[in-house]
Amino acid sequence: MSTAMTRRRAIESGIPDPFPFMHPLMKKNYGTWAWHDRPRPGVLHHVARSGDEIWTVRAGTQRQMDVFTIRKLCDIADQYSDGHFRFTVRSNIEFLLADQAKVDPLIEELDRHGFPVGATGNSVSMVSHTQGWLHCDIPGTDASGMVKGLMEMLHHEYTHEEMPNRVKITSSCCQINCGGQGDISINVQYTKPPKINHDLVSKVCERPAVVARCPVAAIRPALVNGKPSLEIDEQKCVCCGACYAPCPPMQINGLDSTKIAIWVGGKHSNARSKPAFHKLVVAELPNNPPHWPEVNDAVKRILDAYKNNAHDWERIGEWIERIGWPRFFELTGFGFTKFHVDDWVGARRTMNMSAHVRF
Amino acid sequence: MSQDDSIRTEDNDASAPIHPTPMLDELEGGKWPSFVTGLKRLRDAKDKPYSAFMNDLLGQLEYSYETKTGYWKGGAVSVLGYGGGVIPRFSEVADRFPASREMHTLRIMPPAGMHYNSDIVRKLCDIWEKYGSGLIAFHGQSGDIMFQGCSTENVQPAFDEFNELGFDLGGAGPSLRTSVSCVGHARCEMSCFDEIKAQRMIINEFIDEMHRPALPYKFKFKFSGCGNDCANAIMRSDFAVIGTWRDDMKVNQEEVKAYVARVGRKYAIDHVIAMCPTRALSLNDDDSLEVDNRSCVRCMHCINVMNKALSPGDDRGVTICLGGKRALKIGDLMGTQIIPFMKMETEEDYEALRDLGRKMMDFFSENALEHERIGEAMERIGMPAFLDALEIDADPNMVNHPRTSCFVRTEGFTEEAEKYLERKAHKDRLDIAAD
Repeated sequence: MSTAMTRRRAIESGIPDPFPFMHPLMKKNYGTWAWHDRPRPGVLHHVARSGDEIWTVRAGTQRQMDVFTIRKLCDIADQYSDGHFRFTVRSNIEFLLADQAKVDPLIEELDRHGFPVGATGNSVSMVSHTQGWLHCDIPGTDASGMVKGLMEMLHHEYTHEEMPNRVKITSSCCQINCGGQGDISINVQYTKPPKINHDLVSKVCERPAVVARCPVAAIRPALVNGKPSLEIDEQKCVCCGACYAPCPPMQINGLDSTKIAIWVGGKHSNARSKPAFHKLVVAELPNNPPHWPEVNDAVKRILDAYKNNAHDWERIGEWIERIGWPRFFELTGFGFTKFHVDDWVGARRTMNMSAHVRF
Repeated sequence: MSQDDSIRTEDNDASAPIHPTPMLDELEGGKWPSFVTGLKRLRDAKDKPYSAFMNDLLGQLEYSYETKTGYWKGGAVSVLGYGGGVIPRFSEVADRFPASREMHTLRIMPPAGMHYNSDIVRKLCDIWEKYGSGLIAFHGQSGDIMFQGCSTENVQPAFDEFNELGFDLGGAGPSLRTSVSCVGHARCEMSCFDEIKAQRMIINEFIDEMHRPALPYKFKFKFSGCGNDCANAIMRSDFAVIGTWRDDMKVNQEEVKAYVARVGRKYAIDHVIAMCPTRALSLNDDDSLEVDNRSCVRCMHCINVMNKALSPGDDRGVTICLGGKRALKIGDLMGTQIIPFMKMETEEDYEALRDLGRKMMDFFSENALEHERIGEAMERIGMPAFLDALEIDADPNMVNHPRTSCFVRTEGFTEEAEKYLERKAHKDRLDIAAD
C-alpha cells in the first residue's frame, strides 16, 4: 500500500448535509407537514400543508448487513422510491414514495426478498441491539443471534399493529447497556466477581484508574505472588464488570457467571407519563445460544400479559403502574424476590411509602 | 418469505476449507433477515478480497457460540490527525482464525436524519468492498454507520475515500460523540424546530472535540423534534434538545368531532381525555375539545392519537434536559430540565443554542473528574451550585417540587425571590409587547 506515504490530511467535514440525498417531496415540504395516517401496518401516509402527499414503507433489516443485501435494497429503492430511503434508529429501512400506486408492489417486492414490512403504530419494532461476540471486546453474549431468534418469534407483532401501544425492546451484551432502556430490556447480568489474572495486571492496567472505576470501592491495590496487582472485596463487589474495560485481566465473563436478566417499563417518550427507567423482572436466565429459548419464553410471557390486559395507549410501564406490581407478577407468573428490592443510590424513593396496597 | 437466494451473487466453492458453523447455521432461514446468511454471502464471494477474512470471522463467531465467550481485544488504531473514530479489534484466537486477526470498525457519521439515496450508498459499498469486509451496520447504537472489519493498513485508505466522498469519522472515547436527530422537519407534523440545522450547526462547529478526544469522558448531543423523543435524547444523551411550543396547541374542532364520531365518545374520553397527565382536556357536550393550555405539559399524547385534529402551537422552540446516562457509576440518570424554553426561529436563536452547548461542554471539560459524565458532575456539585456556576436562573419548571429537606442556609432568600419576581414581570412585559 502506497497510501501510507501520501500523508493526506483529513477534511474535517463533520455531519454530511442530508439534503442532497433527501426525497424531493421532503425537501419541498420541509417543516410544513400537516398530518399523517397509517393505511396499513408498515405504511405511513403524510400530508403536507401544500397538499403534497408522501408514502413511507418501513421494513426490517438484520442491521449487520452484507453489501449484497444493501445493494438489493438500493435496487428496490431505484425501482420504487426514486432511489430514496432512510433508516430509523432501530435499523428499519424506510422507502419514500411519491406515488401511492407503487406502495403495494413495493410491499410485494420486499416480501419476495424476505424483508418484513411493519414496525409502525402500536407494533413491536426491531430490537435495538449491540455488537456482541461479532465485534465487541467485552460481550457476555451475542447480540445479532439473540435478536434474530426474538424477531422470528415477534414476526407477527412486527407486521401487525395489535399491541396496546408501541413496544420498544432492547438487548445488551453487558451491563454497560449500550442497547439502552426499553419497554422490555434483555441484558447480560453478571453473577460473580471478576477472576483476576495477576500475571497480567501490572503489565496492562493502570491500577489507580481501575480502583477509581469501581462504583462500590471494592477494588484495592495489592501485591500478589510478589507482583503488583489488584484484589477485590468479594462481599462488596456488585459484579457490574466496570473494571473489565480499563483492565481486561479482571475477567468478568464466565460460563458460570454470565446470565441474562429481563427488565420492563423503560420509556423515552414524554407522552402521558414522564420518561422512565426499566425495572427488574427476572434474572439468572441461562445464556443459551443459538436460540436462547428461556429468554424468548420470558419475553413472550410479558408481551402476552401486556397485549391481553393493558388498555389502549398504555405503554408497558404505564400498564403496570395502573394494575400494580403484585398483579404484574401474577399475570406473568414470575417470582418476586428480595433481589427486586433496590439498594442503590436513591433506592428509598423506589419503595412504597404509603398504606396503598393491592390484593 | 424466507431470505431470497437471488441476493447471493456467488456460488459456494465446494473445495474451499470452510469452517463448519453448525450453531450459526441454526440462525438462517425463517421470516426475519439473517445476518448469518449475509456473512456467508461475503465468505462465498471467492473473487473478493474479504472472502477468506469472512470465513475465519465466521469460524471465530462459531467458536464464541460454542464457548460462550468473546475473543476480541482493543488496541490503538486511528487515521492521520485524528485520535478517535476507529474501534480497534484484534483477535485473541488469531492462531486458529488468522485471516480475521484484525477486525477494526470505522465509525462514519451518517447524513443528519439518516437520509440516503441509492447512489451514495452504492459508493459506500464499493469502498468497503475494496478495503474492508463488506459488512456494514446501519446503524450502531452510537448513531454511526459501522463499517465493520478492516485491517490496520486499510483503515487510512478506506477513510480517505469515505472522506473524499463527503463523510467524516464519528466519536469514540472521551470526546464529543456522534449525534442523532429524529426525522423531524423532513417528514413529521409534530416537529417543533429544525433538527438537522441544530444538529449540524452544533456538532460541526465542535468537531475538533470529536476528532481529538480531550474531554473527561463522553459527551453526547441528541435532537428530538417533540416530546415523543424518537431520538431517545433524554436518556441517551448528555445534552438533550427536545422540541416544544409556548402558545396554545392548535385544535381543529371539526376534526375532533370526526374523531369522536369515528371511535365513539366513551373511547375518546377514556383514551384521550382521561389519559392527559395534567387533566388539561375536557370533551364538551357537542364533542368539541376544551384545552387548558396553561396546565398542558406538551406531553404529545392527545396530538399523537388525534394528529389530524390537534397540533403544536406556532410559538415553537426547545426544552433542554441535561445529564442523561446509564448506570455507571452512580446509577441511571434521566436528563434534567435545565432550560424550559428557548425560542428556535431565527439564525440568532440557533446560534444561542450552539453557544449554550459550548458553555456546557466547556464547564464539563473544566470541572468533571476523569470518567465522570456531566450528569454525575451535576450530582456531585449539587444543582444549586451547578446553576450558579453556569449563571442559569432557577425556574420552578426544573423541579418536580421544591425541596423537602430543611437543612439549607437561606441567607439572601428574600433578595433572590425579588429577583425572580422582577424577571417574571420583565418577561410578562415582553410578552405583552410582543402581542
